[in-house]
Amino acid sequence: MKELLNSPLVHVSLTLAVYIFSKKMQLRYKSPLLNPILLTIAVVIAFLLFTEVDYQDYERNTQVISFWLAPSVIALGYALYSYLEEIKADFKKIIASMLAGSLTGIVSVCMMAYFLGASKATLISLAPKSVTTPIAIEVSKQMGGIPSLTVAFVIAVGIFGAIFGQMYLKLLGVKDPKSVGLSLGATAHALGTASISEQGPDFSAFGGLGMALNGVLTAILAPWAIKLLLLVLY
Amino acid sequence: MILIKQIAIFLGLWLLGELISYYGHLPLSGSIIGMLLLVIGMELKLIKTEDIKVVANFLLNNMAMFFIPAGVGIMCHYQILKQEWLSISGAIVISALLVLTVVGLIMKKRIR
Repeated sequence: MKELLNSPLVHVSLTLAVYIFSKKMQLRYKSPLLNPILLTIAVVIAFLLFTEVDYQDYERNTQVISFWLAPSVIALGYALYSYLEEIKADFKKIIASMLAGSLTGIVSVCMMAYFLGASKATLISLAPKSVTTPIAIEVSKQMGGIPSLTVAFVIAVGIFGAIFGQMYLKLLGVKDPKSVGLSLGATAHALGTASISEQGPDFSAFGGLGMALNGVLTAILAPWAIKLLLLVLY
Repeated sequence: MILIKQIAIFLGLWLLGELISYYGHLPLSGSIIGMLLLVIGMELKLIKTEDIKVVANFLLNNMAMFFIPAGVGIMCHYQILKQEWLSISGAIVISALLVLTVVGLIMKKRIR
């Protein structure tokens, strides 16, 4: 029994079953707080604690799920391609907003963490929080952060963006697919993009674009920005 | 066979992306390069929509789920999260709202 509880079969089935169930719940009750990712993560953690299985075992057992993360990022290229003409027409504007967004993301999270008393390692691990996991891990490793902690922050931002992002943008009067997609993609990467993808292919295309551009810009800018911030703050 | 062929295209793009990232010493992940390669390949008509459509839609529709195993890893950082939860969540929430504001307002202004 102990072996079965720590097998790919049980871990993958549990993850899929809880995810499908939470997705159904969200559709029925229409509450953004019933976020399927958040619910599934909570249930799986509870299960692992209860059965006394290490995270490392669960991670290895569910590689068949996480393997598809990279291909799903590549698939955003398909969504992007359909809107290439619109992107070309607005190229300068899009780049300007992404440059501002990327810098705002890095600098503001470090400043806030510093003034709220976070440790230096936490601060560095937070810096690349708005980009997709593989890039965030690279930046964190390179600058002396804790990569697995960065992954946790990336997911946390993603969930926050997925739950509150569109609500907040509505308050600002930002409603068109282009702006909503770019904002959520740049703030909350694939999870933000996934949260609006059901509203239409244009939402996911611009979400993918925001995520890609912010990823590229952050990969280039973050190391310099972090170096400068550490020099000023410490 | 259709599925296998389409999956093979995605894995090929991923592999190519990883190779370019490694040998080009680029700060970009293989998946982001793969995504750009897909756009270029489609623009050059090397890859047609029907070559990837089924798998692409499957991947796009289930993207959020592929994050779950990484998300569960949050349980390994219980100690740090317990000690610094206020500064971490404060920084994340405020920074996320600022990015949404900056990008959203610049785009909104420019679109009109």
